[in-house]
Amino acid sequence: MLEIDTLSRPGIGPISLRVADGECVAITGASGSGKSMLLRAIADLDPNSGMVSTQSGARAAMPAPEWRRKVAYLPAESGWWADTVAQHFDTPETVDLGTLGVPPDAMAWEVARLSSGERQRLAFLRLLSHQPEVLLLDEPTAPLDEDNTALFEQRLHRCLENGTSVVLVTHDPAQAKRMAGRHLVLADGKLTEAAHG
Amino acid sequence: MDNYIALSYLDIALASVFLLLNGALSIWLRLGVARSLAFAMVRMVVQLLLVGLLLKSLFAIQSPWLTLLVALFMAGFAAREIWARQHRRLRGWQGLAISGGAMGASVGVVAIMALVVLVQPAPWWSPRYALPLLGMIMGNAMTGISLSLDTLHTALNREQRAIEAQLLLGATKWQAMRPFLRQAMRAGFMPSINAMAAIGVVSLPGMMTGQILSGVDPNEAVKYQLMVMFLIAGATGLSVILATLGSARALTDERHRLRLDRLGKAKQGN
Repeated sequence: MLEIDTLSRPGIGPISLRVADGECVAITGASGSGKSMLLRAIADLDPNSGMVSTQSGARAAMPAPEWRRKVAYLPAESGWWADTVAQHFDTPETVDLGTLGVPPDAMAWEVARLSSGERQRLAFLRLLSHQPEVLLLDEPTAPLDEDNTALFEQRLHRCLENGTSVVLVTHDPAQAKRMAGRHLVLADGKLTEAAHG
Repeated sequence: MDNYIALSYLDIALASVFLLLNGALSIWLRLGVARSLAFAMVRMVVQLLLVGLLLKSLFAIQSPWLTLLVALFMAGFAAREIWARQHRRLRGWQGLAISGGAMGASVGVVAIMALVVLVQPAPWWSPRYALPLLGMIMGNAMTGISLSLDTLHTALNREQRAIEAQLLLGATKWQAMRPFLRQAMRAGFMPSINAMAAIGVVSLPGMMTGQILSGVDPNEAVKYQLMVMFLIAGATGLSVILATLGSARALTDERHRLRLDRLGKAKQGN
């Protein structure tokens, strides 16, 4: 469960939103409407105000690193800080690369060798290894082809079945329809229900 | 100092002949450096003559307050120089405060220790000893701090995505910045390490050479130089660590966010 109450940052808000356990809410909006800014604010990566909480408690009551493990944000472009892929995982041997169609030996690769699609999928697996309660996904399938998008959505469905709450920012109305029960639009810093649901 | 050979102003004028020749060559070859060469030369002459006069009168007056005032002026100038040498710098007063504070604290402690415990002039703040010592230590600390802050600010700005990726996985700000803190501190330590490695073999330091030329026994000059090098390297290391940690702290906040909004725009030019 994710509960957002009057979240604001410059240019956005106040925004209130409740995402239930196992629910996926899709957010669309024009480029530059602040979708990424909204997700960053929820993850507490930029200064913002408002109450945000999950079933484990309020954001303000826990240290930021703990919050970010529970409310996991996948940026549109992933970041890498070491040379090889495996160095970015706590327990690389337990990661199931096959579910997202990543080659089984990718853990031993240099990060520089990864394609943008591989980066994105590995960053998602990296995020899942902390078993977050909430996923904030920023155009996660933008660099993926059709087959890998299908694999990604399958994996996301499994998260939803396990009770994870998902906020999915996407440019693709068809994906919003496939994945999400609710479809919201961000415009002028405000969230509204999409006209055609 | 009985075999000290005093230089006349004519000697000095003759020494400048080769530099003047360079200027003439520059004009002849159209290198375009004659103007800046001449300007730098005049500036050096004026600055050094003035500082000679100033030191002479300071040594004669022997006032602790005047000595302190000159020391503070040197520190302020050095802090401004650190600030000016960074490609991207902290906005507002914090940038000056962190570099000035880090340098002032470590250089102050080291210099006072050296005067009170090691050299022991009477009085301990005697400007003849305090000011040159302070100048040498401060000059090196200044270089160290500006190198490490420049490295840190450039790295944090360039590696924003990598740092935030770690923060998003639940790393603390110190964990996420660790490789860049290390890189910044290493940059600040490098000149001291290089200087210590090359000294005596590749380079004869100016202070020691100056003492030997003015008649001091080389052994005594070496002892002074060793002390000065230890003080320089020690104070530089301390100020590099303090400034790097201080700046990293200022560029993050208590919610473990990277606050690049507190970093100014890149300087134009180099």
